[in-house]
Parts: sequence; structure tokens; C-alpha cells
Amino acid sequence: MAKVPVQFTLNGSEKAEFVDSGTTLLHALRDKIGDTSPKGGCHQGTCGACSVIIDGELRLSCLTLAETCNGADIRTTSGLAEAGVLHPLQRAFLDAFATQCGFCTPGMIMAAKVLLDHTANPSREEVVEALSGNICRCTGYEPIIQAVLTAARANSQNAA
Amino acid sequence: MELRKSYFADVRQNGLNEIGQPRPRLDSPGHVTGKTAYFADRNFPGMLHLKMVRSPHHHARIRSIDTSEAEKHPGVVKVLTAKDVPHNVYTILILIQIGPEDETVLADGKVRWKGEAVVAVLAETERAAQEAAAKVKVDYEVLPAVFDMEEALKPGAPLVNEYHGQNYYLYDSGECRKVRFGDVEAGFGQADHILEQSYQSSPIEHAPTETTGCVVAPEGNDRFTCYTNTQAMFFTLDNASIILQMPGSKLHFVGGTVGGGFGGKVDVIVEPIAILGAKLTGRPVCFIYSREEEMQISSPRAAEKVVIKDGVMMDGRIVARKVTGYTDAGAYSRHSPYGAQKGAAHYPGPYTIPNVWIDTYCVYTNRTPSSAMRGFGVTIGDFALEVQMDKLARLIGMDPLEFRFVNAYRDGDMKAHRQPTEGAALIECMQEASRAANWPVAEKYMAMSSYTKGA
Repeated sequence: MAKVPVQFTLNGSEKAEFVDSGTTLLHALRDKIGDTSPKGGCHQGTCGACSVIIDGELRLSCLTLAETCNGADIRTTSGLAEAGVLHPLQRAFLDAFATQCGFCTPGMIMAAKVLLDHTANPSREEVVEALSGNICRCTGYEPIIQAVLTAARANSQNAA
Repeated sequence: MELRKSYFADVRQNGLNEIGQPRPRLDSPGHVTGKTAYFADRNFPGMLHLKMVRSPHHHARIRSIDTSEAEKHPGVVKVLTAKDVPHNVYTILILIQIGPEDETVLADGKVRWKGEAVVAVLAETERAAQEAAAKVKVDYEVLPAVFDMEEALKPGAPLVNEYHGQNYYLYDSGECRKVRFGDVEAGFGQADHILEQSYQSSPIEHAPTETTGCVVAPEGNDRFTCYTNTQAMFFTLDNASIILQMPGSKLHFVGGTVGGGFGGKVDVIVEPIAILGAKLTGRPVCFIYSREEEMQISSPRAAEKVVIKDGVMMDGRIVARKVTGYTDAGAYSRHSPYGAQKGAAHYPGPYTIPNVWIDTYCVYTNRTPSSAMRGFGVTIGDFALEVQMDKLARLIGMDPLEFRFVNAYRDGDMKAHRQPTEGAALIECMQEASRAANWPVAEKYMAMSSYTKGA
């Protein structure tokens, strides 16, 4: 099968690969580039475990074709900590017991990050809405919502 | 919510360092940074993808299987059928002497539920495996199927599983697990009221976010490393050893990280066939359920039916309880004979009842095999029992919480399955629940204790 070149920035680093036409960004990231932080839970856009940030917007990498990402700025949970220091969202998830099996966590953190990037002090309702595309089957939603609210407060205190 | 600490003050330790203190989970740093390695995060050069050809029928004889077109499909490396599996008929609980072996790894001559694995296709890509699987031709003779437990137990019902010879699991106690305590008919004879009710539930899928699967890598020394999300590591290793007729020393299982299980990953389904594929091709093999397979193929919680007949006195005492429980195993045993057995011990509930009669049946039907899920064998029973308790309280015009105080087991009471009650604390839990929920009960119930008799 003919390969197509794709080139994009992943967590600040230039990446280039040849993929089969039709390859999803999820497969390209996991199987070609080796970033396994986005997870494949349903491969049909319903669970949110594969969520990544493309040019500042929340996207489902299982429904995004890799070849449409040329030149894009892609962010994943594996690139969120800087120089080993956890992002406030990661810190808050850790402290608030907001992970159980952990499979939904990278996608949850991506969804929460996009929310906080756009809305510094979200209401509880806004947090719930922002996470509504991400399924946690361990039913740990309440600590996750609390973690996002905690991270938002930490962010705004740092900014003040 | 602040709970009182006056209960059991004489045995309560106040110098605890961990209880009541928040502690971070040891695996959380990996989860929040995306570094936790799930089985599917392992990728090996030359890895093959396994896809199953599955039965479209609930019950059918297999006349023939033609894999020739599938084998010619570009990218296909190996096609496996029943004859390739060294020990094809197995049952997971054989490890604790619960037989007979009743399930095929790959169907041999017959399928007994819609979705049963028939042929395994190994190919260079997931797509090639899927396309080739669609080219396998299986000629079926469709047989009558049975989906209802009571229908399955009737004479003349289609026989689901020949390895059992009848549509129920034969315990050493006979056609069902039995508990006999006191004289239940005498109890009904003295009761002021008798209430018989029937409760039933549908199968429930665990639906973990991470689907069931494994990745197997052949090592250079005839050993195989199996990365798996099983919840039952050693059960899986030992059953794989039996199915593959391979000493356990040749199998290295790596697990412990499970993206949601809830009991749905305790069966031994994906690992043996993936290891066999790796052995016969010499290549790494990946077998992951699609979301559709997770929902349709993986074992659900069993459908259950519970019939409860209680004799109750106007003062609130339950004097007789007769329960017949049915657990729908589907086409194969897996963990269901054990689930049905648990129900037998559980159906009296946390209550002291002098006359008890319990029968629990593990029934075979042409439905998806059921297995473990969070408290299987008792959770549906608890739903039935507690709804029944509310109905009984209403029947005699008693407050439902006070009704439970009257019947709650206390230390020293003999349970129906001949285990003496100890460390019950049920009275104290209900007293605290009464306060916390602002559901007051009469002072005599607040004065009760699990330690002493009398109210």
C-alpha cells in the first residue's frame, strides 16, 4: 500500500513518519512514533480515552486521520510535565485520588487542559460539560471533577 | 459525614497512622503522566494481529470449514482451527477440581452460542486479518436453541452442552446446591403471613474502557512472554499450560496493570490462542477485542432468577424462608457453578431465620457464557432479598428499618449454612445509618447490641 508522509510537532518536537493512507492519528502516535499515552478504548469516538490537543483544540485521535495533521501542533499527556515537574492538573489528579485503573486518565487530562486553557475559573457545570465526552468506567467522576476545580484554583493563584 | 466512634470503643485503636489518612496510590504517577504500561502499549517488530471468525448462530452443527480463500488473502500468515489446539476442551475451574471440561478454545463440530470462536486468523495487519476472516466459509446446520432457564430445565429442551449431558450443573449435592435448616414447612405453618415473590435480572456487561486482550512475544529459548490484562494471572498461566500442553516454565506472564476489569477479565480466553499463534508462526502476536467484541463476546454477569417465599409473624420475626435461585451460565460453565453456589450460602441474608430451605441451580442456555462480576452470585440476590424485606415490612405494617433490627443476625446466632455468626456489627451499622439518614427508629432498637441477645 502506498505510504503517505506526515510531519507535525508532538509536544514541541518535530516528528516525521510514513504511514498507510487512512491511518488514524491514534495508531500513528502509538505504533509509529511511540507515544502510547493516548489510549484506544473504542476506536469509534465514544470513550474519549484517545483525546489529544491539536492546535489548541480537543480532538479524538481515533477519528482523526494522521495525514490531515501535517504542520499541526499536537499535545498529549506524556508531554505535559515540564522538566519532571508535574502540570497542576497532573498534581491535582494525583492528590485528589482521581485515578483508579488509569486508562481514561490521559484523555481526561487533555479534556481538562483545553477547558482550563479557555476558561481560567470554570464552574462545576462547565467542568462536567468539558469532561462529558470522556468515559470513566471505574465511576470515579466526582474526584476527577474536584481535581479539575482544584487545578483551576491553583492556576489562578499562581497567576495572581 | 462524621460517624460516631462510641461503638466497640474497647477494641478500637486510636493510634493508627494510615486509617483515615489520605495516601496517594502507588500507580497514580504513571497514570497522570501517561507512562503506565498497559499490555497494548507493547509493540514488537513483525507483530501479527489475530482476528476471530465467530458463530452467527446460537446453536448449530458445523458441517465443514473451508479456510482456503482466507489463507490466500494477502498478508495472512496462519489460520487456526480446533485441530491445531493441543488440548481444545477445557474449563477454567478444573484447577480446583470443578469439572467437567466443557468448553472449546476453537469450536469443534458444534457452536453453542452466537459469537463463539470458530477459526483464528493471523495476519500482518489488523485489516488483513479482518478481511481474511470474512473469507472463511463455515457450513452450519442450525439447531434449536434455548434462551430461558426454566425452558432449559424442562424435559425435551434442546441439550446445550453434551459435556454435561443435562442443562444444569451437577453438583455433588445433585441438580442444585442445597441448604436445609430447621423445618421450613412447619415454619410456614405457624406464620401469620406468607409472601412469595419472583425477581429476575438481565446479563450485565462490565464494559471496561480497556478491552480484553494480550500481546505475546516468542523468546529465543522456546519460552513465550505474554503481556496481558487478565485479572487472574495464575489461573490464566495454569490453564494456558493445560490447553497448550506446555510446561508452565515455558510461559512468562506479565500483567498487573488492568484498564478496568470488574470481574470481566478473569476468564482464560485470549491468551492460549495468542500464545499458540506465536508458537506456530514464531512471530509476536496481538489479540485485542474490538469494542463490539467486548460488549457482545466477553462474559457478562449472569442473568438470574430468584424466587423467595417467606413466612412472617405480626411481631416482625421471619420464621421461614424458602429460596430457589437460577443462575444462567450461558453455554459454558466458566465461573457460574461457583456463583450459583455462593448464592446458596447467601440467600438467608444477614438475618437469623430458624427454618430455611434453599436450592440454587446453575443452568445452561444458548446465551453468551456468563462469569464473574463484582459480587457475582450475591449482588442480584441482595437486590431481591432487600426488596422482599421492604415488601414484608409493608405487609405487616412495620417500619422497614425496624423490621430489619428484629431479624438482624447477632454474634452467636447460627446461620442456615451452619456457620456461627461472629463480629457481625450489623445492629450498630443500622443504628448509625438510622442517625446518618435521619430515619429514626424506636429507642429499644437503638439500645440493641450485636453482642447480646434481647432488645
